Amino acid sequence: MRIELVKRKEHSQAMLLLSPLIAVALTALAAGIIFLISGHNPLIALYKFFIEPLTQQWSLEATIDKATPLILIGCGLAVCYLSNNWNIGAEGQFIFGALFGSALPILYPDFENVATLPLMLVFGALGGALWALIPAVLKTRFNTNEILTSLMLVYVASLLLDYLVRGPWRDPGGYNFPESRIFSDAATLPDVFGGLMSLSTPITIIIAIVLALVLAKTLKGFEIRVMGESPRAGSFAGFSAKRLTLFSFALAGALAGLAGTMEVSGGLNQLLPTISPGYGFTAIIVAFLGRLNPFGIIVAGFVLALSYIGGEAVQSAMGVSNKIASVIQGLLLFFVLACDTFILYRIRMVSRRVTAGETSHV
Amino acid sequence: MFEAVLLTVITAATPLLIAAIGELVVERSGVLNLGVEGMMIMGAVVGFAVANQTGSGALGVVAAIAAGMAMSALFGFLVLALVTNQVATGLALTILGIGFSGLIGEAFIGVPGLKLPELYIPGLSEIPFFGPVLFQQDAIVYLGFALVALVAYGLFRTRLGLVLRAVGDNHGSAHALGYSVIRIRFAAILFGGACAGLAGAYLSLAYTPQWVENMSAGRGWIALALVVFASWLPLRVVIGAYLFGAVTVLNLHAQAFEFDLSSPFLSGLPGFVTGAIEIATTSQFLSSLPYLATILVLVLISANRRLTLVNTPACLGKPFVPDR
Repeated sequence: MRIELVKRKEHSQAMLLLSPLIAVALTALAAGIIFLISGHNPLIALYKFFIEPLTQQWSLEATIDKATPLILIGCGLAVCYLSNNWNIGAEGQFIFGALFGSALPILYPDFENVATLPLMLVFGALGGALWALIPAVLKTRFNTNEILTSLMLVYVASLLLDYLVRGPWRDPGGYNFPESRIFSDAATLPDVFGGLMSLSTPITIIIAIVLALVLAKTLKGFEIRVMGESPRAGSFAGFSAKRLTLFSFALAGALAGLAGTMEVSGGLNQLLPTISPGYGFTAIIVAFLGRLNPFGIIVAGFVLALSYIGGEAVQSAMGVSNKIASVIQGLLLFFVLACDTFILYRIRMVSRRVTAGETSHV
Repeated sequence: MFEAVLLTVITAATPLLIAAIGELVVERSGVLNLGVEGMMIMGAVVGFAVANQTGSGALGVVAAIAAGMAMSALFGFLVLALVTNQVATGLALTILGIGFSGLIGEAFIGVPGLKLPELYIPGLSEIPFFGPVLFQQDAIVYLGFALVALVAYGLFRTRLGLVLRAVGDNHGSAHALGYSVIRIRFAAILFGGACAGLAGAYLSLAYTPQWVENMSAGRGWIALALVVFASWLPLRVVIGAYLFGAVTVLNLHAQAFEFDLSSPFLSGLPGFVTGAIEIATTSQFLSSLPYLATILVLVLISANRRLTLVNTPACLGKPFVPDR
């Protein structure tokens, strides 16, 4: 007896919706097993990891805080992945965007007026887009593999950040600590809804909704989807793969850079040697779990944000290492990819070897 | 001095060499496994943990290889049996590997490690200059060279190598001829995993005998770039690995040349030159050189269409579902 995959005639609508849910359930199961192996009650650990953070005001706020950059970066990455551009360097674009956005309050601390914050956000998006355009231009001009170049630039960006906060951008009044000066109020993103969230969250949700409309209703959205699914068909329609590569990278970079600036301006309020717990990489999982659809990505962003908060929660409550969070994130991506197979294929059990002619026309 | 530099270049190049030669075989079979970094870091942590617990470096190396293979088997199952996207699955493998290694390694942070012994090749190790550099190394360094020879011979001089390359260049035809594309690719993926695990063991048992989180520091990704650099030819991997090994250790040796900017030699230079020297000698800039060099090399290689198209496996990254 053998098991084989048979291509479905049409995408399975049921699996399209169910696959992320099954993946999350399987991840929870796997996480439970890991908790059990490490000698903890799996049910209590799972409750503390996935449920409890949602029941308390402060942890809910922290979850929203973490979900925001993940959603914003994930939305940009979705455009890249939909159009078959493998940008995996969002972490670097996040950092470089944050550097660009912070230049104003760090270099010109006296520039304090209503224009400060909008300028910072624009600079941040610009910086992220510029950093992302490096692999895009190299791909379109020299045919260079964008996966490797975009990733290499992550290391370069984080070393640049490290250099700046320890060198030229170090706070002159900061007792030699590797950190920049604290941003003035004019350069700080305000909280909204009675302090429940930073202004970055509503901005992010609005961008996600606009992007969802663009993808579903406009010619540009159609172009992105066609070029991803069938570049040949797209080129007959007059779409340029190169221009789309530049566009999708620039957009993803801009959103990542904006996320970086909002993180620095709204949360940290200064530059530190490390400004991201790997948001750029986790956002890759967010994009896939969200089916590369902005609405899905909003939900997925919260799921992954929960994994950060849950990791902290099980560490403080049960002494489980918070490293469990990144294990769970990795497992989740595996399960999502595995479950997605069943959108396109179904499983068939074969009792004996079927001859070639019988099934080849299915 | 020169001898010491050469020794550090060899130790820096060895993990790149081993991981890249494994990935080269995987890619020759038509599969792109972007999870090298994840498999390598798992090899590093498992190798360190087992060597630490058993007191045996050899057992550590074996365990590291097994860990790399286990990770690659997971990847192989997904991309071959479930036909998942290879790029995304490879990324998942890296994310998972970094997470798992952090979890396993937490107990071993700051624990003194075990260094693999150097094996002196009798006779040869006494040759002046070449002896100490080439013949007083640990077993993994020798193994790395043996692997290159094995792969170079195996791929181009044996029937198995021919079949493997056929699978990578045209899986449809290879399947029609009766070769099991899936089985051959799975074997290649396992070989790649074993190599990445071994490279990881080298990091934590020889290069810096300790466990540091994320200690592979992008070497898996550089190994992937090396395969492109080598245009899928085993012997060129050696050149690439040593080139990159040299760039990696620049940081180590540049600190010996403290530039004194106030010295009379340099004080006459215009400001932007001294400024540039100042930045170029910061540890951050020197640390970023391997990554910048990778980008530069990829650009130079891929701009040359002739060079890349000849040897790129034609089915690289393409999914295969047997049509029965």
